[in-house]
Amino acid sequence: MTSPDYTKISQGIVYDPRNGIDGEIRDIWILDGRVVDAPADPSVRASKTIDASGLVVMPGGIDMHCHIAGPKVNVARKMRPEEKRRGEQMPRTNITHSGSMGSVPSTFATGYKYAALGYTTAFDAAIPPIAARHAHEEFEDTPCIDKGFYVLMGNNHYVMQSLMNNEPHKLKAFIAWLLTSTKGFAPKLVNPGGVEVWKSKQAGNVSGLDTKVDHFGVTPRQIICGVAQAAAELALPHPVHIHCNNLGMPGNWETTLETMRALNGYRGHITHIQFHSYGGGNGDENTFNSKVIPLVEYVNSHPNITVDVGQVLFGETTSMTGDGPLGYFLSKVYGGKWFSSDTEMESGCGITPIKYRNKSLVHALQWAIGLEWYLLVKDPWQVVMSTDHPNGGSFLAYPQIIRFLMDKTYRRDVLKTCPPAILERSTLWEIDREYTLNEIAIITRAGPARILGLNNKGHLGVGADADITIYTPHENKEVMFEMPRVVIKSGRVLVEQGEIRETLIGKTLHVQPNYDLDVETDIQEWFEKYYSISWRNYPVDLSYLYESCVIPTRRGS
Amino acid sequence: MTSGSTQAHAPTPTIPGELKVIHDATCTFCGCVCDDIELTVKDNHIIEAKRACALGKSWFLNHSVEDRPSCTIDGNPASLEQGYDRAAQILTTGKYPICYGLSDSPCEAQRVAVSIVDWINGTIDTTTSVCHGPSGMAFQGVGEVTCSLGEVANRGDMILFWGSNPAESHPRHFTKYSLMPKGMFLPNGRKDRTCVIVDVRRTKSAKAADIFIQIKPKKDFEALWTLRALAKGIELDPDLVHRETGVEFSVWSDLMDRMKACKFGVIFFGMGLTMTRGKHVNSEALLALTRDMNAHTRFVAKPNRGHGNVTGADNVVSWRTGYPFGVNHARGYPRFNPGEYTTSDTLANREADCAMMIACDPMANFSQPAREHLATIPYIALDTKETPTTRSAAVAFAVATYGINTGGTVYRMDDVPIPLRPAFASPHPSDYDVLTAIELRVKKILGIT
Amino acid sequence: MLPMSETFILIPGRTTDQGCGVSEGKFNDRYQKAINALQVAPGDMTRLGLTEGDRVRLTGEEGQTVEVCITAAKKDELPEGLLFIAYGDISSRMMTGDTHGSGMPTSKGMEVTMELIQKVVA
Repeated sequence: MTSPDYTKISQGIVYDPRNGIDGEIRDIWILDGRVVDAPADPSVRASKTIDASGLVVMPGGIDMHCHIAGPKVNVARKMRPEEKRRGEQMPRTNITHSGSMGSVPSTFATGYKYAALGYTTAFDAAIPPIAARHAHEEFEDTPCIDKGFYVLMGNNHYVMQSLMNNEPHKLKAFIAWLLTSTKGFAPKLVNPGGVEVWKSKQAGNVSGLDTKVDHFGVTPRQIICGVAQAAAELALPHPVHIHCNNLGMPGNWETTLETMRALNGYRGHITHIQFHSYGGGNGDENTFNSKVIPLVEYVNSHPNITVDVGQVLFGETTSMTGDGPLGYFLSKVYGGKWFSSDTEMESGCGITPIKYRNKSLVHALQWAIGLEWYLLVKDPWQVVMSTDHPNGGSFLAYPQIIRFLMDKTYRRDVLKTCPPAILERSTLWEIDREYTLNEIAIITRAGPARILGLNNKGHLGVGADADITIYTPHENKEVMFEMPRVVIKSGRVLVEQGEIRETLIGKTLHVQPNYDLDVETDIQEWFEKYYSISWRNYPVDLSYLYESCVIPTRRGS
Repeated sequence: MTSGSTQAHAPTPTIPGELKVIHDATCTFCGCVCDDIELTVKDNHIIEAKRACALGKSWFLNHSVEDRPSCTIDGNPASLEQGYDRAAQILTTGKYPICYGLSDSPCEAQRVAVSIVDWINGTIDTTTSVCHGPSGMAFQGVGEVTCSLGEVANRGDMILFWGSNPAESHPRHFTKYSLMPKGMFLPNGRKDRTCVIVDVRRTKSAKAADIFIQIKPKKDFEALWTLRALAKGIELDPDLVHRETGVEFSVWSDLMDRMKACKFGVIFFGMGLTMTRGKHVNSEALLALTRDMNAHTRFVAKPNRGHGNVTGADNVVSWRTGYPFGVNHARGYPRFNPGEYTTSDTLANREADCAMMIACDPMANFSQPAREHLATIPYIALDTKETPTTRSAAVAFAVATYGINTGGTVYRMDDVPIPLRPAFASPHPSDYDVLTAIELRVKKILGIT
Repeated sequence: MLPMSETFILIPGRTTDQGCGVSEGKFNDRYQKAINALQVAPGDMTRLGLTEGDRVRLTGEEGQTVEVCITAAKKDELPEGLLFIAYGDISSRMMTGDTHGSGMPTSKGMEVTMELIQKVVA
């Protein structure tokens, strides 16, 4: 009788916050791509043993908000040849394809780099439903990680029409239909209502939650409430994911607070909240300051809310967003090339190169505000690490962020290189807190897994996907996290010390909530009036997903 | 590499003598990629293509199963296996292999082509380089303000065509997208729109125009720059403008007033800009003008892409390499340089020493110097029909036609991805089949796992 | 045969016949006919004593040449001084190898001279 093909990670220092394991020395057994109990029969040996003595073992990293696939990401790739010439080159090997880097890496490079960094799952933050097919095609060329994406809905005409006509059951059915048709993961709102106003008039945008959107007469507040409620009623694993109105504007913290209040107690995730935490006013950059404290107070007392930070790092990068008017605004601030595209009935996007300089008070404040968020939120399960890659910086900067969080001397050293006025506008200097490894494991793995409703990820308990990262401890946490010793995905060793040993394509995670099929007739009628493609050619079927994985709704359906 | 989407959408079987109807079929002749075609199929022929334009009808009705060997080597019939072997041998022995074409292949096949080029450290280029490549270069300089075609139908109240003749190149353009549709915000359709056509000759499209402006050939840049100046309120010498552009200053001035007054302006542009003196600089002037107009009102630009999946080729090459066309892998990683790695140049400069031509006809469409060099090097050709290129190929594959015999994904000119609904099967292999088989052999020869 | 050394501007472009012909087959009549017919403005034809069906030689700036039959453009579709031909083998031979660093050979607006080489047989 042949014994099962176990892999054993032996005697590592394990951090598994979901299962209450905080730096304990343990073995981990893997079989058929999952974490399993040690074999009952002690004479059964593992066919492969990884000696992790003295090494830190964590679940694989989860990037729950990045821009890695789909039309706007690909446009940004095409748009920046100059970056790639100067950047790191990625030659092909006998098992990996070549690629290019810069701030928007090519698909294979993206997969390999995430894997080498110890990340095993990533979610693209914003896909227009008409281009879902494109995202899936790119996903199939993004190896080594499991993937999913959020579907843009905040400027969708059917959404706004249902709200205008006070038809919440149609809204609910539509959201479920849209997620199922696109094989997407969660509802995404980007500047809800604002992009529709941008399409309607020159430099158009909404100014707050109660601006009425042209033609539909609904407000951002109604969109936020309506979608949050529908998502909750559908029991989606991940709730409404919100890029608030007024991103980047001095004084926008009030919009953010109002957005959180508008959730009315329903679950909601506020994304790249750093960009939405500014005091000051009247579009005047000189009044810019940090309003993290009042926002954190609200988050601390409202467990229905989670956030990811959207950390800014100094350097050059590319801003890309579904927020069309924001793209226009940024292009005028930076004076660089500007791409904008309005997608019929659904969404918009804006892309422009940007550069964050530590000598700029505003940029330094943005950097500091991001770190304030991590350090001031009381419950690490409510805050997630992100750079909104590539908007704040590359995902490759995560190790540097970890060092900032774990080493107050380092972050104060960098603060000293910023304009001194920062000390009056931000409280970062005064914060003594240093993150523990356990807390890092929460904000980069366990926390996002829970927020996303991924029961089999972000932990190392029995039944979990065997997505595991092993680190060599180092005093300099940036060094420790930037090159894991071993990265395991679905039970297979993909990376050793930065070198890819094996690749795989990864699963696409999506949801299939039930919905009232009768509403489909209404949706089809609406669709066929003004869309420019055929109804039958809009939905994506499973043949586009290399390996599909349906994440159940929170009621298990 | 998977083929999920190609195989999942294979055509349903055709029963001899019976009619079969395919709804929502996708036509891939031009960049309009109309996906509302109704095909009637009888015995491996499409006998009707409802709603297709003249070009589309010709496309559907003239692609039947070609009674030719699927593979020839040096003009003589050969087995597919022999062809794949010879192809892999050619590609792996060359020092400067190039791969060109791809605009009439589905994305699934394009991805395999890029894969092969990566393994052999070759150069990949698509027909973009002789179509809107210059517009792609312009976009890398200034960016682009654009929208999807449905947005044009719903909002576009001022539609300009510059150096583009849709009546003959994209016959359903006006009806389906740009002039006739009753859009969400344009309930009266054509009556709610103003159409302006700028060209060097009075094309068949000019009949559809409210305003036709005939400019001097090779003076598009000057004309666009005039408009940029007017948009920014810069004073110009009217006589100079007239002399340079061949059009009175008052015409440009009036046009700019109308452009500023519209709600949502759209400029479609074509080869009249990219192929003439100035090339990418012409496109850049137009894209910059469009950007400038957004200080006054909403304004977008759209290149009218020629072939059914040239936009797909741009997308595939970009997501895999980071660059849209003209990509060289000689150092083991992608490098981009139009004018050096583009096929008109790698052939005319006699640099390529072997080639793979997929769904293209450089022997008929390229310059003499390029053709002369191509004739001296061994190359592989994949095409559904016989062309001058297939006739001189070392290895020629007669392939099944995408969208008619095989499924897959294509991208419309506005980057909207659309699936194909094939009508009837073909005994010939698809592009995907051929390229996958070649890739397998290439990898074996090079010791790649 | 009387040579003419006036400079014309050649504009190749897509046409319906050329497009349909591609699908019918590049060696078939419709396509061959479309790409081998050079449109000349009626005013130019009259002025130069040319007749429908005459065979001419075009010579480009770098000495590239093609021979092709002429046809009258309809009414005012083609300004005088311009010549039009559907994209294809003939038009492409008039491109030079130089792409001016863009990857795109000059494919429209080529300056050519035109000489009559054979009058059409009545």
